[in-house]
Amino acid sequence: MRRLKGSLLLVMVLLIAAACGEDSSSGLPEGTQPTTDQVSTTTTVPATTTEVTTPTTAPTTTTVAPTTTTEATTTTTTSPTTTTTTEVAAFPVTVAGVEIPGRPEAIVSLSPTATEMLYGVGAGAQVVAVDDFSNYPPEAPMTDLSGFRPNLEAIAEYSPDLVVMSGNPDEIVSGLEALGIPTLVHSAALSLEDAYQQMRQVGAATGHSEEAEALVTSLQEEITEMVSRYEDIGQGLTFYHEISNDFFSATSGTFIGAVYGLFGLENIADAADPDGFGYPQLSAEYILESDPDLIFYGCAVWCGTTAESIAERPGWNELSAVGNGLLFEVDDDLSSRWGPRLIEFVRIISHTLEQVTNQG
Amino acid sequence: MSEATPRLAPVRMRRGWLSAMLAILVVAMVSGITVGPADIGPGEVFQELFAGVFGRPSELSAIQQAIIWEIRLPRVVLGGLVGGLLSVAGAAYQGVFRNPLADPYLLGVAAGGGLGATVAIALLPGAGNTWLPIAAFGGALGAVLLTYAVGRSLGGRSAVSLILAGVAVATFFTAVQTYILQRNAETIRQVYSWILGLLATTGWQEVVVVMPYAVICGTGLILLRRLMDVMAVGDEEATSLGISAVQVRATVVVLATLATAAAVAVSGLIGFVGIVIPHTVRLLVGTSYRSLIPLSVVAGAAFLILADLVARTIASPAELPIGVITAFVGAPFFLLVLRTSRRFMS
Repeated sequence: MRRLKGSLLLVMVLLIAAACGEDSSSGLPEGTQPTTDQVSTTTTVPATTTEVTTPTTAPTTTTVAPTTTTEATTTTTTSPTTTTTTEVAAFPVTVAGVEIPGRPEAIVSLSPTATEMLYGVGAGAQVVAVDDFSNYPPEAPMTDLSGFRPNLEAIAEYSPDLVVMSGNPDEIVSGLEALGIPTLVHSAALSLEDAYQQMRQVGAATGHSEEAEALVTSLQEEITEMVSRYEDIGQGLTFYHEISNDFFSATSGTFIGAVYGLFGLENIADAADPDGFGYPQLSAEYILESDPDLIFYGCAVWCGTTAESIAERPGWNELSAVGNGLLFEVDDDLSSRWGPRLIEFVRIISHTLEQVTNQG
Repeated sequence: MSEATPRLAPVRMRRGWLSAMLAILVVAMVSGITVGPADIGPGEVFQELFAGVFGRPSELSAIQQAIIWEIRLPRVVLGGLVGGLLSVAGAAYQGVFRNPLADPYLLGVAAGGGLGATVAIALLPGAGNTWLPIAAFGGALGAVLLTYAVGRSLGGRSAVSLILAGVAVATFFTAVQTYILQRNAETIRQVYSWILGLLATTGWQEVVVVMPYAVICGTGLILLRRLMDVMAVGDEEATSLGISAVQVRATVVVLATLATAAAVAVSGLIGFVGIVIPHTVRLLVGTSYRSLIPLSVVAGAAFLILADLVARTIASPAELPIGVITAFVGAPFFLLVLRTSRRFMS
């Protein structure tokens, strides 16, 4: 059965690719990825497989395939109203193992990253409530719902037809399932690919697959451009990313670390992570001894960390990054979320490397 | 045979223990200064120390000098002060409350300090750093004052009602702290790292903050040690000897609480030192507070310096919370002490 579905998908993708022409380059690997995914694991299902798991509509679409595909291709260039009609046809969908019967119109987001993704893919109008940490975008309907200690009754009060959240605190998902509320759970992204996949899933689950794809493509393009422009400068430079003023840092195995890694920057925290924990607390004398070329610091709001306060720490005034003025603030919200604004985090690093060139 | 000798010459025996423990303290300090994540050999460290003391030009880089003088040295000194204070406070509490389970956090110091620190971190964003020691100190003292007030209202001046009041106050303060944390989840990591105890961000500033308390409380408790011996027998016996048990207990509690609050303010909640060290000293030299109090200071200082050495080298260049180390050593040891003391009693 799976193989049949897989080949069916391949046929469809080829049809679309043939119709699009130019899109074929990006369309093909897109189509092949899910099939391999299905062979290895059935748990993570990228957005594109959703069409496969709509068995009721699948047989009919094969017969009327030419018409639907042309519709799909025209909608990308024409008005948004036709988009919705084709997208509606995509429901019910199964995204990451979660069945969503119809296009959600009352979405509750319990994670700031999910909120930013929902708005990023253009599903903002369908969102009815977001948790107490979802402070971006400003128009998001922030409530006192907690994603940290979620309260089932409080969530149910918004009668959501989709809940998007991060992790599964207090086994809340089984509670939501018992209420028949489809819940999309994301784990913390460890790489850009993870982040992109989650954006696609959010797009597929809300009826905005195309916008999600466009978002991912534009992120990929800008990141590739910035990386190619600055990676020569970044190569071999060492850095210290400070999460909080008791010297907690993030290794290359984390999402934060992965973004720095794009530029070839060398992370001093990696030496402190033999067990792969990801966020070790560094010893002050090790930071001094490493004498990193660049220092990125978070916790500006909660810890009150500034470039000046870092320079005032005992012994830190000897660091070359302090001497060269290469201390950069990274907004905690930017570095701890892997939504569409990750591009701004990448821009901070680019801006930093730009400054290094100007100095050098 | 060998057991008979100390009874004949108790004073000499105590001096022997004192010098032995001072020697351990010196070894602990030297290892604390010479060993660390930064790759500086012991020889280089000694050279640097001599160069610094005698005003000779240093052979190390500016960063290496900063590591020795501004990071390791104050950390070792602070570890010693905090360890000594917590240990002597524990010994003092155990004496005046005649309770072997008493620790420096008995009367709500930990819960109060924890609440103060949480308030500073969560409700004063940005300014938390400056206010944290003050808030922790204030919270610790506030909790003890409340314990005292509640204890008196419960039933006169008995030690038991005071301890029970401490339990109630600590529970209440912890509940408030947990509530604030739940409402400000983004600060949990920071508060948690403080609760587990931290010498990681130490500099001379913290040493300066804690020094006056160390001098006053340390000296005060050492001077009162003979009275504590009398207190250990019983309130009535003390009164019959013309000593006001209530006054002595109040003075000792004030000094021990100040000592603990000062330690907590600069280093967070480092557990088990106040129980493990005094009991170890008791096992070694006997229960007389004349020896117990001064020896607890020295042994506590040495223990915490060594624990901190482990905390910053075992996962180097990562830090482990020092509270984890002290508890890891402390908990099994505590069981051992309990077993041994039960055998003594039966």
